[in-house]
Amino acid sequence: MAEETPKPVELTDPVEITVDGETVVAQGGDLLIDACERAGTYIPRFCYHPRMRPVGMCRMCLVEVDTGRGPALQPSCMLPVTEGMTVDTRSDTVAKVQDGVLEFLLANHPLDCPVCDKGGECPLQDQTYAYGPGESRYVEEKRHYEKPIAISETVYLDRERCILCDRCTRFADEVAGDPLIHFIDRGSSTQVNTFPDEPFSSYFSGNTVQICPVGALTAKPYRFKARPWDLTEVESTCTRCSVGCRITIESSQDQILRFQGVDSDAVNWGWMCDKGRFGFEAMNSENRLLAPMMRGEDGELTEVRWSDALSGVTSELRRALDGRGPSSVALIGGSRSTNEGAEAWARLAKSVIGTDNCDAQLGDGLPAEAALGLPGLTIDEVCAPGSTVLWMGPDPLETLPVLQIRLRHAVLNDGVRIVEVGPARTGLRSLVAARVPAAPGRLADVVGGLLGGDVADEFAQASEILRSAGDDLRVVVGRANLAESPDTVLAAVGAVRSALPAARFLVALGRGNVRGALEAGLAPGLLPGGIPLSSGELPQGWESIPAEEGHDTTGILSAAAAGRIDVLVLLGADPLTDFPDRSLARRALAAARCVVAVTPLLDASAAGAHIVLPAAGFGEVDGTTTNLEGRVTPVSAKVTIPGTARADRSIAGALASRLGATDSWDSPEDLPGAAESATDGDGPASGPDGDLLVGIDRELPIPSVGDLEVPPTDAYSLRLVVARKLYDRGTMLVESPSSAALAPGSVALLNPADAAPLGVEEGSRIRLISASGSISIPTVPDESVPKGSVLVHHDLEGADPRELVDISDVVCDVRVEVA
Amino acid sequence: MNGIVNSLGGTNTSVAPGTPRIVSSRFDEPQGHTLEGYRSTGSYRGYEGLRAVLDMGPDEAGEMVKEATLLGRGGAGFPAGVKWGFCPPGVWPRYIVVNGDESEPGTYKDRVLMERDPHQLIEGCLIAAYAIGAAQVFLYVRGEMAHAQERVAAALNEAYEANLVGRNILGTDFSVDIVLTWGAGAYIVGEETALIESLEGHRGMPRLKPPFFPAAKGLYMRPTVVNNVETLSNLPWMANHGVSEYRAIGTENSPGTRLIALSGHVNSPGVFEVPQGTTTFRDLFESPEFGGGIRDGHELKMFIPGGASAPWFFAEHVDLPLEAKVVGPEGSMLGSGAVVVMDETTDAVRACLRIVRFFARESCGKCTPCREGTTWEEQILTRLLEGHGRPGDLELLLDVADNISPGPYPVASDPQNSLEAVPYPPRQTTICPLGPSSVAPITSAIRRFRSEFTDKITRRPSIPVGSETPAPATAATAGEVGHG
Repeated sequence: MAEETPKPVELTDPVEITVDGETVVAQGGDLLIDACERAGTYIPRFCYHPRMRPVGMCRMCLVEVDTGRGPALQPSCMLPVTEGMTVDTRSDTVAKVQDGVLEFLLANHPLDCPVCDKGGECPLQDQTYAYGPGESRYVEEKRHYEKPIAISETVYLDRERCILCDRCTRFADEVAGDPLIHFIDRGSSTQVNTFPDEPFSSYFSGNTVQICPVGALTAKPYRFKARPWDLTEVESTCTRCSVGCRITIESSQDQILRFQGVDSDAVNWGWMCDKGRFGFEAMNSENRLLAPMMRGEDGELTEVRWSDALSGVTSELRRALDGRGPSSVALIGGSRSTNEGAEAWARLAKSVIGTDNCDAQLGDGLPAEAALGLPGLTIDEVCAPGSTVLWMGPDPLETLPVLQIRLRHAVLNDGVRIVEVGPARTGLRSLVAARVPAAPGRLADVVGGLLGGDVADEFAQASEILRSAGDDLRVVVGRANLAESPDTVLAAVGAVRSALPAARFLVALGRGNVRGALEAGLAPGLLPGGIPLSSGELPQGWESIPAEEGHDTTGILSAAAAGRIDVLVLLGADPLTDFPDRSLARRALAAARCVVAVTPLLDASAAGAHIVLPAAGFGEVDGTTTNLEGRVTPVSAKVTIPGTARADRSIAGALASRLGATDSWDSPEDLPGAAESATDGDGPASGPDGDLLVGIDRELPIPSVGDLEVPPTDAYSLRLVVARKLYDRGTMLVESPSSAALAPGSVALLNPADAAPLGVEEGSRIRLISASGSISIPTVPDESVPKGSVLVHHDLEGADPRELVDISDVVCDVRVEVA
Repeated sequence: MNGIVNSLGGTNTSVAPGTPRIVSSRFDEPQGHTLEGYRSTGSYRGYEGLRAVLDMGPDEAGEMVKEATLLGRGGAGFPAGVKWGFCPPGVWPRYIVVNGDESEPGTYKDRVLMERDPHQLIEGCLIAAYAIGAAQVFLYVRGEMAHAQERVAAALNEAYEANLVGRNILGTDFSVDIVLTWGAGAYIVGEETALIESLEGHRGMPRLKPPFFPAAKGLYMRPTVVNNVETLSNLPWMANHGVSEYRAIGTENSPGTRLIALSGHVNSPGVFEVPQGTTTFRDLFESPEFGGGIRDGHELKMFIPGGASAPWFFAEHVDLPLEAKVVGPEGSMLGSGAVVVMDETTDAVRACLRIVRFFARESCGKCTPCREGTTWEEQILTRLLEGHGRPGDLELLLDVADNISPGPYPVASDPQNSLEAVPYPPRQTTICPLGPSSVAPITSAIRRFRSEFTDKITRRPSIPVGSETPAPATAATAGEVGHG
């Protein structure tokens, strides 16, 4: 059970109160329940949660409070501390009330404890032992409900066990913004339920299981898997996206059984998204790669010994080096790895092999110089009370879910104003103060216009909000549209910076440890720590640096397709699935002489590789990771790496030594992580918030984009927008049984005004045709898609929009025909 | 009888001879509910009071209500003028919410007010809105009162058409809208903060005070005055006749009149307007204008002086005046003006169950002690009546009650058994008084009629109880004791 400690508070208004006879200094206005806990006096509670508004429902935290008019019973979760307050948490009256409340709660609570997931870590159980009656006087029949009912794909609800504390329902409404569960009926028949035929389909549903103070809510992936006393846990960081939620990994019998959110004040406040929470299932998949494989003479991948596989890779690398030289070798990926793993691969590539063809991104991000080199912002700074945010990034709900939770809180409680500019409405929806559509290719013009005050009347308010922030404008930037060149985003960054030179940015890159991998040097033109290759500096412990600058993933794949790459190493990367231009990815992988895939699971690209090396997965390697802010936090090994799979660092080290590197690569001390040595704190393990990288404010020259040639639109075409959904057909999701079914089918969303002339309605099939290919796809008219655009999501079941994209184009225009 | 029969069934209305009718003067007028009737009948001319108030200015209007000591008629009896003054100065907008969710068992005076004189209420709302500077008035009528809803809606339409509500009322620069809302059928919404939650579109559940005192953080977190229908209905008469005439009625502490809804074992139940503080319960029960005596040939066993949540009174209390400051120290309350009379044929345990069951059904489910405790009380009482009582059940019942409302309990005095009265209201472990309300009948009944309870345990009679009762505990479930 994850701890729920009072959220941090600054002592700006000290007041003296008396708690059980002892004088205590507390922050005025702090809730009494928190003030007492900080002072070492725990007041029992069920409904109160430090990250949600108090409701005072369970009545367990009643204490006697005297503010000068004699002691009165008050719920300490709703009472702000004031000077001179005298609190008695242990008087006879309080003890009787606590005893009574527990007896009431237990009256109808079934004695499922021996078979209940919560048994052993159950607040109701624990508090009954501590404060409750020895036995019940309740002899009536307990109330009965169907046990349990599925309220979503992953969460079960047992209403008999529910003590109606309002935690899950408040979370759904207040924190997640998905008010899909609520109380129905009243009196002792009050129960939590969904609306009829409407499941609790929230990306955050798993949090309700974590905060449920009894076993009423249970998660399908964990149900009946272990008893809490059989679990051991270690603190770590989720790397499914780049938010970097702090978590505990809990396992039993060397198998990861669940993740729980840890309250990091700077990052996730204890929350997680379901994709992260249940992502451990993929690591337990029976399809995990357990041994290296090489493509035999029959063309099939067959298992081989590690020494044979490593020799195979080494000889291919030697052949390439001896032939066309280092630049015929390229590495794509590394964002799945730890900082240390990424550092090892960067060192192998750049110091040992001598190639700069490294990129941790897959053509779906921004150039590394922009990702690392813009003046940075933390999540806290973006969400700081009163700040004004220009959102020109991807959908936070779909790509960085817990950031969406933070933004939601900031907007609803702290007066943060968000102006969203982009090609399609995001999950921020009603949270934005204003939304300004920007057709693909037009982002820079729109942003420039807004900041310059040169806009149509309907956007005057948006412009006014942005302009009123001045230099303090906080910009979140990223790729909202994968069918649009990153240059359009860079141009918009340029437009912001020319209007507001002091503006700061949070770069919303999606992949897990992408920031750490780029920082480690898995980026063309950069050495570890974001030092430009052109500086000629030799990183500590390196033997050499590449002689010439390399390509990013788009460049690497283009070179490969043109036959100029001999060995292509995929570090947990799957270009066939993730690269926005499918045709290029296909041609590149087919043309590379040798494709080496280093991955825990056989993804689409690895399935066609020549050599497959099984890599350790999440929860199997110790190290650090870096989130989108540049915050370094530990990731921890909890279970044994399955089969003969090996950690990245070990694989890179083995290859390095076979290639003649003389240093030892085996122990962590020999590999000072760039990140680890560059942080400002006592190392990455100092507290749940981790450490921010020193030099987060470093500035790198951002590649100039010059004048973007955006082709004019014609009356027959729509401009394609490709955005991501949280649940798609990614390998990790497909291997997670409880999440696999959640990916929706692929549809084309277009404005009703564009749909009407075609005579299509919801469900009609249309054909989208570009110069690169065509797809047939059902339509959904949607007001939120701007006129002239068509929105198709990335990598869903059905039609694949990447067939339409040519990565070399600034925008992708498609013709629409009724299929 | 000198009442009329309305479309929903007979409701007697009456005053004692010589008492001015403040709020009930149109109860017997067939057209009293129309604008025409409001202007031409009754003890004052309709909407003239509003005109007078618009002439005097908002501050003076507020002062008038303060000077008159207009006590709230919803139950708590708090002076309305003082309540209005709680709105923090300079905070706008502020709202008036009219509590027409009358649902305390035995109380039906507001229904009659809304059915028979809706314009009086509307004019009262306007006077209050003008005095407070409210931006809007929200008139919340109980969901089940279909006839009252129709009458209020029709009257409001008339008033809008006559420029009495809306923009530039009567040609002045005073503008206010009155918004009608129907409840969805929950007793708890009669509690002001739950009513506000309901108005905001949420499930009706009370908010904790503090911090959510409506005057400071009310509807949509704005300053809000919540007044009862009858309270506001007093304003037009007061504006017409002046404060001194108002204060001449009733007593110094409780001036004016109030409507009493009398029900139970009397010959002629009904809604009666009586001067506050001077009429006694005996007058109410026995006077031919009012109750006309206890049901033929029977005698009084007990009565509830102020709605189902009030502790019971007995024969020795009938000479007490209807005055909050007297009834309170005697251990009960005048509450919402509902007096329920029970004669000697009443089984105290069944009467107790009937009331407890109401609160158990109407508990909103928010606070644990009320949600679980009231149902438990109901289950124990049901068991007693069905002949499944156990030794110790009375102590259990009292202790469950104690965990909802820590004692000593408010009870009526009983000098013969040397029982002292304990003043109302009780302490509570819940947010609102609903749960503790279920305790009053239990403690009243057990203290006074303990032998009726113990008889049911020792003699095991089998009196059938209503069909809603859950199945009695069987041997199998009764064995499920203890949580280890």
